[in-house]
Amino acid sequence: MERVPILKIGDILLVSIQVDMSDQTAVALQEDLAERIVATGCHGVIIDITALDIVDSFVGRMLSTIASISRVLDAETVVVGMRPAVAITLVELGLSLNGIRTALNVERGMELIAAERDHDRHDEFDDGSDVEPTASP
Amino acid sequence: MTSGVDLSRPQAQTVGSDEDVVRVRQLVRTVAVAVKLSLVDQTKVVTAASELARNTLVYGGGGTVEVTAVDNGRRPGITIVFADSGPGIADLELALTDGYTTGGGLGLGLSGARRLVDDFDIQTAPGQGTRITITKWSR
Amino acid sequence: MALSTDESGRLADLLTSRVDRVIQRWTEVVGEQLRGRLSQAELLRQVQELHRALVDALGKGAVDLAAEEATELRAVLAELSRGQARQGFSATETATGVFALKDALLSAMEDDQSTRTLRDYVAFAAMVDQMGLFTFESYVHTREGLIADQAEQLLELSTPVVKLWEGVVAVPLVGTLDSARAQVVMERLLQTLVDTGSPYAIIDITGVPAVDTQVAQHILKTVVAARLMGADCIISGIRPQIAQTIVALGIEFGDIATKASLADALRHVLRLTGVESGRRQSRREA
Ligand SMILES: Nc1ncnc2c1ncn2[C@@H]1O[C@H](COP(=O)(O)OP(=O)(O)O)[C@@H](O)[C@H]1O
Ligand SMILES: [Mg+2]
Repeated sequence: MERVPILKIGDILLVSIQVDMSDQTAVALQEDLAERIVATGCHGVIIDITALDIVDSFVGRMLSTIASISRVLDAETVVVGMRPAVAITLVELGLSLNGIRTALNVERGMELIAAERDHDRHDEFDDGSDVEPTASP
Repeated sequence: MTSGVDLSRPQAQTVGSDEDVVRVRQLVRTVAVAVKLSLVDQTKVVTAASELARNTLVYGGGGTVEVTAVDNGRRPGITIVFADSGPGIADLELALTDGYTTGGGLGLGLSGARRLVDDFDIQTAPGQGTRITITKWSR
Repeated sequence: MALSTDESGRLADLLTSRVDRVIQRWTEVVGEQLRGRLSQAELLRQVQELHRALVDALGKGAVDLAAEEATELRAVLAELSRGQARQGFSATETATGVFALKDALLSAMEDDQSTRTLRDYVAFAAMVDQMGLFTFESYVHTREGLIADQAEQLLELSTPVVKLWEGVVAVPLVGTLDSARAQVVMERLLQTLVDTGSPYAIIDITGVPAVDTQVAQHILKTVVAARLMGADCIISGIRPQIAQTIVALGIEFGDIATKASLADALRHVLRLTGVESGRRQSRREA
């Protein structure tokens, strides 16, 4: 079975799907990513699907699951590069990809993650100052 | 990948594994390109085929897919038949409802595939297997 | 109605033994009709090619045009009709080129007055009719293709997608939007988002006199597709009647941003991007 490579670039994990994935490959990617997020401590995941010429409900569900898992592991996922024909087809298929952030390309995806992290840092800073006195058990 | 497919005859592909589903997608793409479907229509029919071939594998316990280039005299098109001798579908209306699944999927395969193609025909009964025929015409 | 094997053989014989007579009369009839719009040499070439293909098919044992043995003949007929259709000959002129063979056959059979000849002629004529109808259909098919191509080119010309600003593209829709055009426009809009890397699109419908359910659905689906790709759409220029139609049709525009004019929409987008970077700035400061 083929495996989709996961690259670490700075604080971000970049997954560029280059093959027509079998369902097994998709499931393996889901598992590999969860492990890499924990192992690297990265807070952002970019999944580049520019090369995918279709997304069906199985891959759609995989993308949603990856987004949910990474959220639990405190990482933000952005899916980038969806082709127009794929998007039009997904609308007809009835797949809404709820809870998945998307961007047009890798660059925009990085911006989105950076903005999100800024936002979080800001919140943590606020929360921190409120919570600190009672933080230790 | 485009070479070696004889368009004058139906192309058959057995579906017994995940990799076979990938092969079905590739075969459907090749024929869809050959009959000059638009890019969006190619994408729609390949997506529909991916959903139905997966159902053949997962629910039908495997089967066959047959892809044919067709022409109705006015326009060319592609017809695909998915056949299995699995358990069949007892309540078809329910199975065709968005979100209905017995296998923990999204329940969009059957209903979504129907929306993605021009003709959708399904023959099934409990214990009789399932046979689905879809056609997409070039615009 | 198929020829019997005997009839098929006799037709082949007639066509070969009287080849000069047949070809001469055939080109004569067609030539009269086309009145010089096809050169004599080209006309002769076409007639000879058809003659050869027909004799070949009969020789192989074809008893009608649908037969396996007539594949080559069908190809020649189809190619001929395609050529005629492209050169602007009418459907009737194209089919007449084939029907003229009846005239030619009749003149070749004139000397022989037996009843078998009459029955043969009826059978041969039926074969020619099949060929004529086939030609007619191929012709129509080609014309339809040509018209569809032209319509598509027109569509593309009439639907400009423009880059308004860094990161903002717009399509000003003008004129009646039918379903086919709406679809083309929307595909082009989505492609432009990718090509220019623009996360915002403005769909301006000021110039659209009316929308029906299908067109409204196309616009809606495009907005949803753009979102899946990571871009936001704003619809501007919805006129009062169209707003009424949309509500009357029960179409939900939901949380899609709508603005009165293209300028308002652009201002809205710039404020969005401006506020965002402003917000980011203030966060960094904090
Ligand atoms: N070939 C088949 N044989 C038997 N049951 C099927 C077949 N295809 C679909 N089904 C039934 O229809 C349901 C809906 O299928 P589908 O819409 O593809 O959703 P999903 O695959 O997500 O379950 C399946 O859960 C299954 O119960
Ligand atoms: Mg399914």
